[in-house]
Amino acid sequence: MNRVLGIIRAGIVCSLFCVLLFTAAVQSQQSPQPTGAGAATPPAAYAITHAKVFTLAGAPIEDGTVVIRDGKIFAVGAGIQIPSDAQVIDGHGLQIYPGLFDSITQMGLREIGAVNATVDETETGDFNPDVIAATAILPSSEHITVTRAAGITEVLAVPASGGMDSFGSSGLLGGQASAINLSGWTINEMLIKKSAAMVINWPSIETRSFDFTTFSVKEKPYSEAKTEYDKHVNELADWLERARHYAQALGHAGPADYNADVRLAALVPVVRGQLPVLVFADQARDIRNAVEFCDKQKLKMILAGGAEAYKVKDLLRSKNVPVILRPVLTEPSERDDPYDRPLTQPAELAAAGVKFAFASFDNSFARRLGQNAANAVAYGLPYDEALKAVTIYPAQIFGLGDQFGTLELGKAANLIVTNGDPLELTTDIRYLFIRGQLTSTDNKQLRLYEKYKNRPKGK
Amino acid sequence: MSRLQVLLAVVFLVLASAFAARATTPADVPPAPAAIVIQNATILTVSHGTIEHGSILIENGKIAEVGQSVHAPKDAQVIDAAGQFVMPGIVDCHSHIAVDGSVNEGSISVSSIANIAEVLNPDDISIYRDLAGGVTSANILHGSANSIGGQTVVIKLRWGQPAAKLPFEGALPGIKFALGENPKRSNFSFPGQPKRYPATRMGVEETIRGAFTEARDYQRTWVDYNKRVSAGDKTAVAPRRDLRLEPLVEVLEGKRYVHAHCYREDEILMLLRVAKEFGFKVRTLQHVLEGYKVADEIAASGAGASTFSDWWSYKVEAFDAIPYNAALMTQRGVLVSINSDDAEEATHLNQEAAKSIKYGGMSHDDALKMVTINPAIQLGIDQRVGSIDTGKDADLVIYNHDPLSAYAVVQKTLIDGRVYFDRQRDIAGRADLEKEKKALLEKGKKAGEKKPDATVEIGKKPADKSDAAKPGASKPDAAKTPAPSPDAQKPEDKKPTDSAPDKPKPPQAAAVAGGGL
Repeated sequence: MNRVLGIIRAGIVCSLFCVLLFTAAVQSQQSPQPTGAGAATPPAAYAITHAKVFTLAGAPIEDGTVVIRDGKIFAVGAGIQIPSDAQVIDGHGLQIYPGLFDSITQMGLREIGAVNATVDETETGDFNPDVIAATAILPSSEHITVTRAAGITEVLAVPASGGMDSFGSSGLLGGQASAINLSGWTINEMLIKKSAAMVINWPSIETRSFDFTTFSVKEKPYSEAKTEYDKHVNELADWLERARHYAQALGHAGPADYNADVRLAALVPVVRGQLPVLVFADQARDIRNAVEFCDKQKLKMILAGGAEAYKVKDLLRSKNVPVILRPVLTEPSERDDPYDRPLTQPAELAAAGVKFAFASFDNSFARRLGQNAANAVAYGLPYDEALKAVTIYPAQIFGLGDQFGTLELGKAANLIVTNGDPLELTTDIRYLFIRGQLTSTDNKQLRLYEKYKNRPKGK
Repeated sequence: MSRLQVLLAVVFLVLASAFAARATTPADVPPAPAAIVIQNATILTVSHGTIEHGSILIENGKIAEVGQSVHAPKDAQVIDAAGQFVMPGIVDCHSHIAVDGSVNEGSISVSSIANIAEVLNPDDISIYRDLAGGVTSANILHGSANSIGGQTVVIKLRWGQPAAKLPFEGALPGIKFALGENPKRSNFSFPGQPKRYPATRMGVEETIRGAFTEARDYQRTWVDYNKRVSAGDKTAVAPRRDLRLEPLVEVLEGKRYVHAHCYREDEILMLLRVAKEFGFKVRTLQHVLEGYKVADEIAASGAGASTFSDWWSYKVEAFDAIPYNAALMTQRGVLVSINSDDAEEATHLNQEAAKSIKYGGMSHDDALKMVTINPAIQLGIDQRVGSIDTGKDADLVIYNHDPLSAYAVVQKTLIDGRVYFDRQRDIAGRADLEKEKKALLEKGKKAGEKKPDATVEIGKKPADKSDAAKPGASKPDAAKTPAPSPDAQKPEDKKPTDSAPDKPKPPQAAAVAGGGL
């Protein structure tokens, strides 16, 4: 840090050269290594001792130890032998939790919302099942270091998950979401699962729509909106039908017998039920329609958004459709909804046996993940459920429950060491482990703070 | 009018009045008991520390006594707050709630002629929701499309009262300025829309300088005229009034506050220079996300800073935003508040203030000040609100936990000693309201089924949403009022519109909407 500051001061007299140096210095700070570790070989193992360990796979362990080796959790419990080659971190007065999992973000796909050149979130056109988030994730995105400093260790980067393309459309088949660790020099090092879900933006019967070419709200009769909706649903069904034929051809014919198609190929795991569909829908009617459609098409559905999921909770439970919930810090969708409608929904869904996870649906507000979960607790959700809804539940929902989400032997060592409740606003993350590596919580914002905190008195 | 139309009109009137009676639409104004005592509470006074197991006596809407014990009259209404926390009502220094229609007169770069106070909508549901989040006063601002925007007004969130009762009595009016990307329209270029001056930060400065140069001349014409009149000159002709320049003259005379939307360090210093040149004060720098870079200069100017907790990266000028901004500016001697700019964000400003404890090591007391006394000072209403002191307005919030926690829930909000929000009352009323609503919808549906050739086809979306016969049409929010039949289609109203203040949720929408952010 001093080196960086020294350079900044020198920067008063030099310009471009120093800018380059500064950039280089900053980049070294962004390394997945802890600050100051440089290129030194990390220790073979870590042991965090005397901490309260919340494994989320059983009761919390008082005065517990977690041993990390080869990127995995090697041992966890009380009275554990500390390996002689382990670097010991004294966890007195601290608590250990699995890292938080934010299952809908645009991490690495969007840097500055208003600047199109930095946004690779939503491809143009309605049907892009072949596009994959991992392709465009920028490993050195400032959002990654800022987000992990809030205790989030892994995320899904989800294409077409909120933003629109430059024509105001978000498409129907939005592409494939990728699960990543929030640390790594390249996407290969970050990648957990390249294809974790296929995005479907469920068409809504919209009588009012926003026209970006005239920047005004357009109205159309219900019949017209319904016709358009039916057309979209039929198109979706048609794509899936063709993908089924394509899958059959794959199984029975040689490559010379059919024309390869990248889009249909991308849908094969979907129609085979191997890849879940992440369906964005908020209104009860849309959710019902989407569930019915996926049921009929035998798709493995995950609902995303779910502002009115409470209205169809029985259906969601009976069809085993898990929900990735929009932030509870959101306005109720209807004027005459109870003022706390989004806040009480998680408790209601939990009581009804619907499985759900919280997600930020964003990058810059990703660090509000814990705050959202805590607010749901304030409005009736059991605390343990809230904690699981930002750790093990999202992992399970995306088929990663055997690797992430709890502190158990053999699972990825993605964990946080805190001075308190990780959902509370004022809790600090003291240590952060991603892929078993002690990972820096330094980031652009902290550096700016340090820099300007040390500014000499202004004249 | 045919008989059917009369029938329909009656049905809809019943529906409309029923909606009006809902807890989520302006209800009757809550009573103002002569005396209320809140007892057994942890009282966060903001001005003089925390009182455990303390009491507050409220008389005639004012705080009459605060302390371990108070001398309450026998007939005082008692609110037992055992285990609960009382703090001063939250003051939101940047809000766009309670505005009817667009917050931006965005056609011209100096829109000082427009006044938000003239379009207050007491029926905006955001008033109730923010009240339920502990907000009692808010600075209602014009949008940020223009270098010099419209006139602004401070209100109290007196849900149920008419528009005329919303303004905070005696609060100095303000005017919105805006610097940077929004007034130069960086992110707001639409097909067919003509280019507008200014398009650079250089032009923003000159727009403001130009306007104040005119205002200074205009002020002089009046001074000259008044001089001649007082000298007995009967031939003096009054200058023609200029409604655009009058508010700027008020700024020069210290009768109107400047609330300036800004982001980058350079534009902050620019405005402070221009203000010095013309001899006026900038009352608050709004957003001021790079304020931490020039905190000393802000402190020296005496301007207050009203910022976000942790928003960043939704546009270039927000890319160096840091959650340490509030703490760092405070450390350097700037008076700082945390604001919302967003109806939803306002419902948890207490939580947003708490983040400075984590980001920058702010004390509990200082964090609390950022949503109470600090914004009150910034708005010039600190003699009336912002702390729990004898003689101040009884604008109070009762939480079930320490308000600087994500687990705290507002139980009651009082303004002028009236309980405008009560969580238990709200919850208790829900079942009845739901039942009533269902019955009315059923009734409306049946009325529609009697004559399929009705002029308004119930059960289908009315062709024209402004149709006077539509239930709730008297409400400004008609588009979101439930349609008469469960099968009816609700107009989708979630896409960004020009009338919405721009919000960062999602940031993509912020880039296209045109308001305050």
